[in-house]
Amino acid sequence: MALPSYAGPLERTWYYTFRIICAAVFIFLIAPILIIVPLSFNAEPYFSFTQGMLTLDPDAFSLRWYETFLTSDRWINSIQNSVIVAFFATFFSAVLGTLAALGLSRSELPFKGVIMGLLISPMIVPLIIAAAGMFFFYSKLGISQTYVGLIMAHTALGTPFVVITVTATLSNFDHTLVKAGASLGATPTYTFFKVTMPLIMTGIISGALFAMMTSFDEVIVAIFIAGVEQRTIPLQMWAGIREQISPTILAVATILITFSIIMLSTVEILRRRSDRIRGIS
Amino acid sequence: MSISVEATGDLSPEEQKRLKADLHRSLRRNKMKALMLVAPLIIFILITFVAPIGDMLIRSVDDTVVNEYMPRTTEALDDWDGQALPDEAIYAALAQDIIEGRKEKTIGKAAKRLNYEKGGMRSLLMSTSRKHKKIQPPYKDSLIDIKKGWGDIDNWKVIQRLGSPVTASYYINAFDMETNSDGDVSFVPPDEQIYLKLFWRTIWMSVLITAMTVLLGYPVSYFLASLPLKHANVLMILVLLPFWTSLLVRTTSWIAMLQSQGVLNDLMVWIGVIGDENRVQLIYNAIGTVVAMTHILLPFMILPLYSVMKTVPPSYLRAARSLGATPWTAFWQVYLPQTVPGISAGAILVFILSIGYYITPALVGGQSGAFIGNAIAGHMQQSLNWGLAAALGVMLLVLVLGIYGLYNRVVGTNSVKLG
Repeated sequence: MALPSYAGPLERTWYYTFRIICAAVFIFLIAPILIIVPLSFNAEPYFSFTQGMLTLDPDAFSLRWYETFLTSDRWINSIQNSVIVAFFATFFSAVLGTLAALGLSRSELPFKGVIMGLLISPMIVPLIIAAAGMFFFYSKLGISQTYVGLIMAHTALGTPFVVITVTATLSNFDHTLVKAGASLGATPTYTFFKVTMPLIMTGIISGALFAMMTSFDEVIVAIFIAGVEQRTIPLQMWAGIREQISPTILAVATILITFSIIMLSTVEILRRRSDRIRGIS
Repeated sequence: MSISVEATGDLSPEEQKRLKADLHRSLRRNKMKALMLVAPLIIFILITFVAPIGDMLIRSVDDTVVNEYMPRTTEALDDWDGQALPDEAIYAALAQDIIEGRKEKTIGKAAKRLNYEKGGMRSLLMSTSRKHKKIQPPYKDSLIDIKKGWGDIDNWKVIQRLGSPVTASYYINAFDMETNSDGDVSFVPPDEQIYLKLFWRTIWMSVLITAMTVLLGYPVSYFLASLPLKHANVLMILVLLPFWTSLLVRTTSWIAMLQSQGVLNDLMVWIGVIGDENRVQLIYNAIGTVVAMTHILLPFMILPLYSVMKTVPPSYLRAARSLGATPWTAFWQVYLPQTVPGISAGAILVFILSIGYYITPALVGGQSGAFIGNAIAGHMQQSLNWGLAAALGVMLLVLVLGIYGLYNRVVGTNSVKLG
């Protein structure tokens, strides 16, 4: 969008104003994340920059909040819980979601619209409603305040992402390949693992990453159905912000930001790979 | 899918018939196979997700507490016409329920439920049950003697009304209405309204947040779409990084930014826009909710807008200009209409997400920035009025599904894409 040479002064002004507006929005998007990182190294128990930090005095910075974080049983426990819950929820979401996507991509499936609507409903229904419902229902089933309950809830919330990404990948899938496999004598299972799965793997993985992120970040359902034993990282943060606000939260936040950068890069690499395979770019 | 088998001269009628039957069988088998693949997830979602919501729906009209814990009284009241005080038999039933309920320690539950409907019912029941030794025949005089409230016909009407196992009372409450002693339903005075106001506020703040995301997201998406892909991908990181960052992390950073000793206020004091003593209250009010939620939901607007704008050929704008249109006309008449699908997809996504928000308003919204989700959580966790929480939840659900259905009908959801 270079400025054409025939542009008048008004257009010139607008061109630069427009770029300034865009820059401002980009700053708005990224500023909260950029600010939280230096603040987590604050030597003082404040949420704001001290005089020392602004003059880059080394004494004003410290790793004490990271130390508090890593030496706190509560936080360590919450990391374990988050990893356990996210792992199982991601695994079950990926398996159930991929199977369903394979069914959904078959033209023979009846009531496709209704089924799709049902399967992606966990993405549309506000979480607070789902959480309130689960609070009652899961305690009736006796799985409230257990890992099983939390994993089941997070699996339900994660499956729509897998269904959507794998269905999208399958829409570009060449079904004659399956027939070719069958004509060469392979069993359907063998064809699936040797032909279909490698080709839709990028879809499965990026869907699984979305599901994992959902579980890792989910707090509303956890508030209602997790017991003290199952406190996850977001739940611990939620409690921390509401009870005693300390910069430990900022240290946790910084670690989570690093984590999301890794996730983002993985998803981007996968996306480009799948674009390349499909011959888009 | 329908496949018709053309009759050819080579096949005898029996063979044709058999071929048709074979084809049918194979089609049905394929159908079953497809269903078998989808079935596990359908069953899983039905149990873990749909059933809980259905359970909540039942809970919003379910009202068996009084019926269960005061069985004799409610049964006896079935035939009471509500004209005059009940007769001795009904008082006897009540006396027995109270004595029984005290022994089983269940009378408190019934008392609590009655108290939601009419203040004072709890103390009426509880203090009567404490003085249970004084209860003796004739029960009518004895009970009225213990507590005058038993001589008040309105109290009896409340018990009669709640004796039914199904109730609309939670919805009446959730719609800011009340039931008077005659059983007539009317709206409470406007200054006593809570939930309708909260619904309104949730809706208009969601509209405001959606409008803000359009306002901020449109120029940025346009800018990104007009850049060469290489540069756009780099700048896209600035959009995707917040998108992938934990909701709680972003909310926390907005607390650090907006609080009165926070970064933004410090910056304004330092520049000299405001004095140190009159720092601006940017958080724990509606401003906090709108700013933080606009930030959190902005990527959901930019991503669909960007993908739609990528498909608009830039030559259209140039053509419009070369035909004599001013930059504004070219934009308004040529470019904007082609990006409407992107705007509507982003707007519906942002609006639906926003209307059900709970965490961010709870942490940065304070009183004036609270959403309906906060009221639901409040009734679930603090006041423990679960029936009311369920009724409010069902109302929110109907609202969201209604908007989604409307959008689906008008636009179709195929334009919504992930990441």
